[in-house]
Amino acid sequence: MIQTENRINNLFEQHSDSSKIMSLFLTAGYPDLESTVELILGFEENGTDLVELGMPFSDPLADGPTIQYSSNVAIEQGITMDKIFDMVREVRKHSEIPIILMGYINPVLRYGVTRFCERAAASGVDGLIIPDIPLEESGIMVDEARAHGLPIVYLVAPNTSDERMRRIDTHSEGFVYCVSVTGVTGAREGDEVAQSVQRFIERVKTNVTRNPKMVGFGIKSHEDAQRISRDMDGFIVGSALIDTIRAHYPEEGWKDEVFAFVHSLKYGKL
Amino acid sequence: MAAMRYNLPTKEGYFGNFGGKFVPEILIPVLEELEEAYNRAWNDEAFRNTYLDLLQDYVGRPTKLTYANRLTDYYGRARIYLKREDLCHTGAHKINNAIGQILLAQRMGKERIIAETGAGQHGVATATACAKFGVDCIVYMGAEDMERQKLNVERMRLLGAEVRSVESGSKTLKDATNEAIRDWVTNVEDTFYIIGSAVGPHPYPKMVRNFQRIIGDETRKQLEEVEGRLPDYLLACVGGGSNAIGLFYPFIEDEKVQMYGVEAAGLGADTDQTAATLTIGDPGVLHGSLSYLLHDKEGQIQLAHSISAGLDYPGIGPEHAYLQDSSRVIYAPITDEQAMEGVKLLSEQEGIIPALETAHAVAYLEELMPRTTEDELLVLNCSGRGDKDMGTISKNL
Repeated sequence: MIQTENRINNLFEQHSDSSKIMSLFLTAGYPDLESTVELILGFEENGTDLVELGMPFSDPLADGPTIQYSSNVAIEQGITMDKIFDMVREVRKHSEIPIILMGYINPVLRYGVTRFCERAAASGVDGLIIPDIPLEESGIMVDEARAHGLPIVYLVAPNTSDERMRRIDTHSEGFVYCVSVTGVTGAREGDEVAQSVQRFIERVKTNVTRNPKMVGFGIKSHEDAQRISRDMDGFIVGSALIDTIRAHYPEEGWKDEVFAFVHSLKYGKL
Repeated sequence: MAAMRYNLPTKEGYFGNFGGKFVPEILIPVLEELEEAYNRAWNDEAFRNTYLDLLQDYVGRPTKLTYANRLTDYYGRARIYLKREDLCHTGAHKINNAIGQILLAQRMGKERIIAETGAGQHGVATATACAKFGVDCIVYMGAEDMERQKLNVERMRLLGAEVRSVESGSKTLKDATNEAIRDWVTNVEDTFYIIGSAVGPHPYPKMVRNFQRIIGDETRKQLEEVEGRLPDYLLACVGGGSNAIGLFYPFIEDEKVQMYGVEAAGLGADTDQTAATLTIGDPGVLHGSLSYLLHDKEGQIQLAHSISAGLDYPGIGPEHAYLQDSSRVIYAPITDEQAMEGVKLLSEQEGIIPALETAHAVAYLEELMPRTTEDELLVLNCSGRGDKDMGTISKNL
């Protein structure tokens, strides 16, 4: 079983104020290898509760153009699994923010599942999201992850049946990642997300009862986030964050612009 | 020795350690729906008859089994037969699968068809099937492949397909496949993804194999008629592996039939310009299934290279991975240069200009034939014709 002192569990158990939990996705090594740690620490200072650190893959088939781009940049900069673990270790010198590694299974298999879980846990990683490992294929790493106290977060999508949502809720640990729209990752117009999402949210509320619920895909502003996560424990932003980095990097003061965006996502525009 | 029983994949989609469904959650319900529809259709006589009628009246099946007398004399060993998939409508075996899948799409009420293509042969086959059925067709093709295979792009457009240029990654087949999957994930409700080879998540490898097994079924029957017995050797090229598995599958339980799959070594299996996945690759996950693939030490997919665009893929169908590991099939690499020799050999000896893919299998005769004897029989799958490759062929002659 997952040890109770896991930072993700603590986050959801101890979260008391009325604001939603905010999780940010950042591709490790984007926009450069040096900035990742500083960005994570700055995200935390600006209201981020949880970080999903992306393990870049050359063929991210569930991702839209934004995360394809950030993944390519990170790979070109020479990101490796060991460097990602170093980044997490560095963050841990300064912060207890929960960190989930998120990425495709192939680099994990290549690294070796056992070795990967050992090093992830030792570096201070709190959980894993592997989008191309559905429940059916979880056997490939679930025991190793559990043995190292690493919860695996599963996803539910708008076309996931009620029965399957309940099954995923049983197996998911940490929280359930609710994908608000069918499609790849990427910022979308607010209306596009809101219209289709309500019925899905209702189904999630009914069927996901054991785990906290985080909603993601397409969220690009505080207003989107508030509207979509009303009945959820929190929300996840990825592509819109990376788009913001891309818009300002490497001009002077780019990090401040990024942190201001992060702050506004959580608290609204000042 | 007891006859070997072969009934893979398992219901989870595994061939030994290979296969599976490594896809995002959104695709799970879609794959389940597809599998159920496929199983029902395949067991429905009316569906099978419609499929076989189209293969007969539209594709031109059964394709001939041609005795290659001059090629046989050239080696002076086993008698060589050619299974003439090059005579299929559109010039290659790809159409067998495209017809099967489009019939299934129709049955499932999916009106929007998408496909990926590398060399353009599967794209042309799919565009052809879509024209025949009057449905919308979108083909994803790497920008670089579009440049290399202009003629096929024009053919697809003439057939009414929309060819979407893929600018991401290496701008070749693997990226076109990524983009097709992204489209599918986005349009799950109304879209059917016609995968062109025995790759991808379960049930695709099984489904594509079964739509291609007609090659082996006919071969068995035709050889029985002329020789009264089974072949001793089967020989086919493998990229993703659909023509090879189509030929091999009906013979898998016949232990005396030796099978050889020939993959593209590019400049050499010991160079970084290769597509010899089974020879030098490692197990990993690409495009929804666990199989052998070409990747670096961080698990990033490497670019494949082959003179043949149809073999230029860093993965391989999971069933071939299993057949290699279980030693049922022997896989061997053939270089670009050897493949060019294969083109010349078949053209000069038999008056058949083979596709560059097929030429890899032809070239392997140099290694295989000396080990055969005069009383043995060999069938080589002539998977496609070479017209599409004339540009590349004349540059390399």
